Amino acid sequence: MKKDIILAGVGGQGIISIAAIIGYAALEQGMFLKQSEIHGMSQRGGDVMSNLRISHHEIASDLIPFGQADMIISIEPLESLRYLPYLSPAGWVIANTRPFNNIPDYPEIEQVVAEIEKIPHHIALDADAIAKESGSPKAANIVILGAASPFLDMAFEKLEAAIRHTFGKKGETVVGLNLQALKAGRLFAEQHI
Amino acid sequence: MQKTLLLGDEAIAQGALDAGISGIYAYPGTPSTEITEFVQNSKYAKENNVHSTWSANEKTAMETALGMSYAGKRAMVCMKHVGLNVAADPFINSAITGANGGLIVVSADDPSMHSSQNEQDSRVYGKFAMVPILEPSNQQEAYDMVHYGFDLSEKYHIPVLFRITTRMAHSRSGVALKPPRAQNENRMPDDLRQFVLLPSIAKRRYKNLLRDHTAFMEESAVSPFNTYMDGQDRSKGILVCGLAYNYLMENFPDRKVPHPVLKIGQYPIPRKMVEKMADECAEILVVEEGYPVIEELLKGYLGRGLKIRGRLDGTLPRDGELNPNLVAVALGLPDTMGLAVPNLMVGRPPSLCSGCPHIDSFLALNEVLNGLSRGRVFSDIGCYTLGALKPYEAINSCVDMGASITMAKGAADAGMAPVVAVIGDSTFTHSGMTGLLDAVNDKSPITVLILDNGTTAMTGGQDSPGTGKIEEICKGLGVEESHIHIVRPLKKYHEENVRIIKEELAYPGVSVIIPRRECIVAIDKRMREKFKNQQTVKE
Repeated sequence: MKKDIILAGVGGQGIISIAAIIGYAALEQGMFLKQSEIHGMSQRGGDVMSNLRISHHEIASDLIPFGQADMIISIEPLESLRYLPYLSPAGWVIANTRPFNNIPDYPEIEQVVAEIEKIPHHIALDADAIAKESGSPKAANIVILGAASPFLDMAFEKLEAAIRHTFGKKGETVVGLNLQALKAGRLFAEQHI
Repeated sequence: MQKTLLLGDEAIAQGALDAGISGIYAYPGTPSTEITEFVQNSKYAKENNVHSTWSANEKTAMETALGMSYAGKRAMVCMKHVGLNVAADPFINSAITGANGGLIVVSADDPSMHSSQNEQDSRVYGKFAMVPILEPSNQQEAYDMVHYGFDLSEKYHIPVLFRITTRMAHSRSGVALKPPRAQNENRMPDDLRQFVLLPSIAKRRYKNLLRDHTAFMEESAVSPFNTYMDGQDRSKGILVCGLAYNYLMENFPDRKVPHPVLKIGQYPIPRKMVEKMADECAEILVVEEGYPVIEELLKGYLGRGLKIRGRLDGTLPRDGELNPNLVAVALGLPDTMGLAVPNLMVGRPPSLCSGCPHIDSFLALNEVLNGLSRGRVFSDIGCYTLGALKPYEAINSCVDMGASITMAKGAADAGMAPVVAVIGDSTFTHSGMTGLLDAVNDKSPITVLILDNGTTAMTGGQDSPGTGKIEEICKGLGVEESHIHIVRPLKKYHEENVRIIKEELAYPGVSVIIPRRECIVAIDKRMREKFKNQQTVKE
């Protein structure tokens, strides 16, 4: 199994946490991993992306080739579109529909969502609303991860275990809230595939 | 074997700790910062007294590391590529003095300029200094090469340049670790005149370096990091170095390249292997991240010899970072491309954080300068460089660390008035102080704003060497006390700040205004730490 994943968002939205959780779950299954991150100036409210590659075979490039990503997981709607050149013809886009509007010329959100809906394989969800409903308003990124989980070809329990590991230090309450967020995202995806 | 997930930067730091360094010296700079931070956060480093506090700039870092090497211990010095410009004097001369304890100089290049003002290639510096260069292709190699590099350094008493690029620095993968080895004991150099570069001694030392350069080439010929892999299809040979090797292999899912491949990780490049490729192959494709360093070398000035393909003939782009697709096209393989980006897409450039003290400083400065012709504000490198963008458009230059004050002085010398320099606290102590002394000595009519947020913010909030000392430094350099003002960059003091800037712009000498307020990201980080500690106490 091999999954090449583009993680997208705006600096500070938590794409690195998603990468860490998927990464941990992959390593626990003895998979290889390469993950390229953006540090430095781009983090100041700018667009950020990370290349996450997991595979049962050794991985060569740190960068995913254009046209070959299995998934684009984006915590921000506009950012999900920025990386479409990376998406493979069979690839899935999992995108939040809640905009992070910190620029003066942000396009109409309806148009942005309409563009996401043109993508052959997509899950578009208001992760912030779902996170709030599930009682963990800060975990929109984990809701997105949950929505992406059916396409990761990995047992859901592995992701749950990774969440327990990642948030373990913050106590049982935080772990519980994130597990709820993960489930809520998963449920949404299952109903909308 | 158990593997540890490490960033390229972290693999280098872990490699240095396990190879027995006694100190790491650096000034923060993307993409090199995490090397030093890793050592700072390492329990092992603390227990073993490995020095890791930040240096004022790359030059002081390089010189301090050389001093540690002089004393017989292993030292690493880390910087971003443009930092090597700052450290160039000690770096080039350290090749002449030689090293005593192992000395590795890590320089992190930034092709495609993700966070930099140019994409200079540090390998050119390595060649210039005539020192061996190591360039890893993955995190495991980065780790292993540090150990190897220290041995090479101690074998020939020579500093070794360790060149990485952004993707190497900031990409994470599993690394198998070795057991750590002990640090060196203090030991004086065998030759106590070796570091005295008086011409008579320098001439002797330089001949020494020239002689050793032949030995460096022999080392490259047997290096485990230079490998020749044969291939059936000799219509082309591929010479590939560093990270570019991964992009090549990505195009062959079974990892079998039909052409001969020469993978280079150690310089000077292994002559015999290159000759073999030139003899056996109709042409050579050179795939290197950064400048066409090897390509130019093989091609020669007139390019009438071998048929060399690469960045110079358009087979690969002349500038920017490589990727698997670019290499596919260079190999004549089919390219792949996903969907087009919709037309509604707009850029999302980085911006100053909401609540950032620099915003208040720029708003006050803009108000003062409003009405004058634009283009009077020389600035520098830091978060505040974002003040060049909308909506502030408050600054007119960003060249290199410290250039704000000196360029302002030059413009004032040319008769421009009023002239303003805007520099951050950490950049000021990095390279601004000497320029301020020049201005004081000439009584140059410039107004210097030292934006003091108490941290080196842009690289993630490292300690700033001048914290608590900025006004004393200015006084010490001779700025008149009545023309040094500490102001609070807050909305409620806006009118007062405007008045002070206005008054000082009218003063025909050096004025320093220090808008002082802590970086809001630093406050946030501090509060989280505090909260975390309280939690721990409760538990």
